[in-house]
Amino acid sequence: MKHTLAVNVENRPGVLTRIAGLFARRGYNIDSLAVGKTDNPLISRMTIVVDGDDRVIEQVSKQLYKLIDVIKLTDLTTEEYVDREMILIKVNADPAIRGEIMQIVDIFRARIVDIGKNTVIIEATGDESKINAIESALRPFGIKEVVRTGRIAMSRGLKNKNYKS
Amino acid sequence: MGITGAQALIKYLEKEGVKYVFGYPGGAVLALYDALLESKLIKHVLVRQEQAAVHAASGYARATKKTGICLATSGPGATNLVTGLATAYMDSIPLVAITGQVGTDMIGTDAFQEVDITGITMPITKHNYLVKDVKDLPRIIQEAFHIASTGRPGPVLIDIPKNVSSALLEEDYPASVELRGYKPNYKGHPAQIKNLAKLIAEAQRPVIYAGGGVISSNATEELRELAERINAPVTTTLMGIGSFPEDHELSLGMLGLHGTPYANYAVTECDLLISIGVRFDDRVTGAIQKFAPQAKVTHIDIDPAEIGKNVTIDLPIVGDVALVLKDLLKRVGSQEHHTWLSQIQKWKEEHPLRYANDDQLRPQYIIEKLGELTRGNAIVTTDVGQHQMWTAQFYKFVGPRSFLSSGGLGTMGYGLPAAVGAQLAKPESLVITVTGDGSFQMNMAELGTAVEQKLPIKIILFNNSYLSLVRQLQHYHCDQRFSGVAFTGNPDFVQLAESYQNVAGLRIAKKEDVEPVLQEALSNGKLTVVECRVSEQELVYPVVLPNKGLNEMVHFPADEGGRYE
Ligand SMILES: Cc1ncc(C[n+]2csc(CCOP(=O)(O)OP(=O)(O)O)c2C)c(N)n1
Repeated sequence: MKHTLAVNVENRPGVLTRIAGLFARRGYNIDSLAVGKTDNPLISRMTIVVDGDDRVIEQVSKQLYKLIDVIKLTDLTTEEYVDREMILIKVNADPAIRGEIMQIVDIFRARIVDIGKNTVIIEATGDESKINAIESALRPFGIKEVVRTGRIAMSRGLKNKNYKS
Repeated sequence: MGITGAQALIKYLEKEGVKYVFGYPGGAVLALYDALLESKLIKHVLVRQEQAAVHAASGYARATKKTGICLATSGPGATNLVTGLATAYMDSIPLVAITGQVGTDMIGTDAFQEVDITGITMPITKHNYLVKDVKDLPRIIQEAFHIASTGRPGPVLIDIPKNVSSALLEEDYPASVELRGYKPNYKGHPAQIKNLAKLIAEAQRPVIYAGGGVISSNATEELRELAERINAPVTTTLMGIGSFPEDHELSLGMLGLHGTPYANYAVTECDLLISIGVRFDDRVTGAIQKFAPQAKVTHIDIDPAEIGKNVTIDLPIVGDVALVLKDLLKRVGSQEHHTWLSQIQKWKEEHPLRYANDDQLRPQYIIEKLGELTRGNAIVTTDVGQHQMWTAQFYKFVGPRSFLSSGGLGTMGYGLPAAVGAQLAKPESLVITVTGDGSFQMNMAELGTAVEQKLPIKIILFNNSYLSLVRQLQHYHCDQRFSGVAFTGNPDFVQLAESYQNVAGLRIAKKEDVEPVLQEALSNGKLTVVECRVSEQELVYPVVLPNKGLNEMVHFPADEGGRYE
C-alpha cells in the first residue's frame, strides 16, 4: 500500500542526498518526493510517497528518523489529510479543436496557461486520480510534453500544525 | 585577535580529552599538522596507511569507551579511511574522523586530490560534515563528538577545506549542543519493562542473547545480575563476547554460524529469548524462519530501527541497555529453572566444542593454551578468518572490552592496527593479536607503527599459506575446488619481524613448542611475532550451512561417529 510521509528536515545542503541515498541503499522505492521550505526558513518539508507493507513503512520511518537532519516524521496515511499534485500538459491544439480542449479544461477546473501556434499548455492541480483523469482525457489530442510535481500533503485540522520541535 | 581554524580544532580536541590522533599527513592538512605540533596534550601516531588510522582509533575506542580520533589528508588519504569507517559503523564504534579538503573555491572542479568524501561516506558514517565556514567549526566539532559517542555510537566525519583550517575565527565553543533532530531515547518505557518482567516470571526456558550493545553501554554488571537472579543461560554474539564471563556456569558462549552447539540448541528450544543490544545478524540467526521458533522474542536496544528489522519482536524496549536493565532488575524476582538448566548441562556434556586434540599442532589448542596462560587477562584483537572463530570459541573471555574484532563488516587487516590503538589506550595491559597469514599481510606494515610507538604487542600468526576460511567455504560450497586461496609468495614471518629493530620473531612448528614459546612471547616485554605453522585443512566446527536452522548445524565429525580428515 502507498504511504504518504510528511518529513520535516533541516534546510541544509546535502539533506536531500542523505534521504534519497537512504532509500536507494536500503532498497525502498520512492514513488514521489516533493520538497520545499516551510514558514521557518531553517526547515524544509518533504512529502514522500512510498509503496510498501507495514513492515517496510516502519523500517523506512525508523531509518529516516536516524538521520540527524530529520526533525519530524508523520505518516499521513493513518490520519485524514489533503493531498495535491500539479501537472503541466502541453497538447496539440489546432485552432479548430481548441474549443473542445477548453471544455475539458473547464470540466476539470484546470487552466490554460499558454497558447502557442499549434499547442496549449494546461495547468491542473488535484489528487492523483484527478490528475490521471485529465491526462487521459487530453491524450486523444496528442500530448507533446507532461510534467508532474509529485504529491504534497497536509493533515486536516489542528494536528501537526506546529512543526517546531 | 583570533586563532586559525586548525588551532581551534586542536584546542577543541584537547577540550574533548583527546590524547591520541592516529593519522597520516598531506598537503591539505598542513595547517592541522602544524597546529598539532603546539599541543602538549595530544600525541600524533603516524600510521603506515590511513585505513590503519581508523582501525587504531577504533581499537582505542573499544578498549576505553572513549571516542577515537583519526586524521587524513584529502583525496586518497580520505578514501583510504573508507574501509575503517565502514568497519566502525557496522560495529557502532564512536569515532571522529577528520579529513582535509581542497580549498572551498576549488570544490567541485575536480581539483588535484579532491574527492567528495562526505558524499562517499554518507552510508557508512552516523553523520558527516563539510565545513564551509570557519565560524561553524566549533559547533561542528562539538556536535561530532556528541553524535559519535551518544545514543547508538558510531563514526562521524568532518571534512575541512584547506582555507577553512587557515582562516581566522573568533567564535568559541558553544555552551551546549543543540540538535533538534537528534534526541536518543535512554529510558525504557516503564510499562514495557513491566511486561518483560512478567514474561520472565512466566518463562520456563529463558535464554539471554547478549550483543555488543551490552558492552558499549557498560552494562555487564547488570547483565550478570539479571542472569544470576533469573537463572537464565547467556549466549553472546561475536560483538557481545566479554559481556558475560565465559567461565560462568550460565555461559553458553557464542551462538550462530560457528557458535557452540549448546547455545544453538538452547536458542532453538527456548520459550523466551531476552535479546539485549543485538541486531539479529544473519550469521547469528541462521535460517530466519527457524530461529527461536518456540520463543516469545523480546528486544532491548537503544536504536529503534534495529527493533523488528530482521525478526518479528513480541516485546520491544527502546532505551540504553544499562538503564533498562537497572529498571528491569527492580521488577524481577529470583527464578529457578532446574529442568531447563539440566537439559543445557546435558547438551554441554554431549556436544562440547571439539577439535582433534592429537599430537598434531592444532590452532584451537594454541588458542586454548593462550587463554590458560593469560587467564583471560589480556586484550585480544583478531583479524578475520578461521583464527577469529577459534579465538571466539576457545579463548575464554571473562571481561568486557577484551575481545576486539570486526564483527559486522568482517574486515581483514583490522587486528594489528586495532591492537596499536588498544595498547596505547591501555599501556599496562597485555595486548595480543590473533591473525592469519592472509589478514596479517593486509596491514602488516603497521609493525612499523608499533615499533615506533614501542608497543609490546604479541602477534600470534597462524600461517597455513591459505585463506583458509574461504578455503573452508569452497570445501562446502564448491565441491573442494579451491580457487584463489593459496599463498605461495609468503615471506618468512620470523625474519620479517626481526628485520625491525627490537622485534622478536618466534616460531611454533609442533605441539610441544606451544607452551614454552607462548610463555616466552608473553614475558619478553617486546613486540613479538609468533608464527604458528598450521595445516590449511583444519575446518571450523560446528557450522550452520545456508538455509539451515541453528539446531541443524554440522558437528565436529568425530562427534557423529565420522572420521576426522
Ligand atoms: C578485506 C577483506 N577481504 C576479503 C575478505 C574475505 N575473507 C574472509 S575470511 C578470509 C580468509 C582469511 O585468511 P587468513 O587471514 O589467512 O585467516 P585464516 O582463515 O586462514 O585463519 C577472506 C579472504 C574479508 N573478510 N576481508
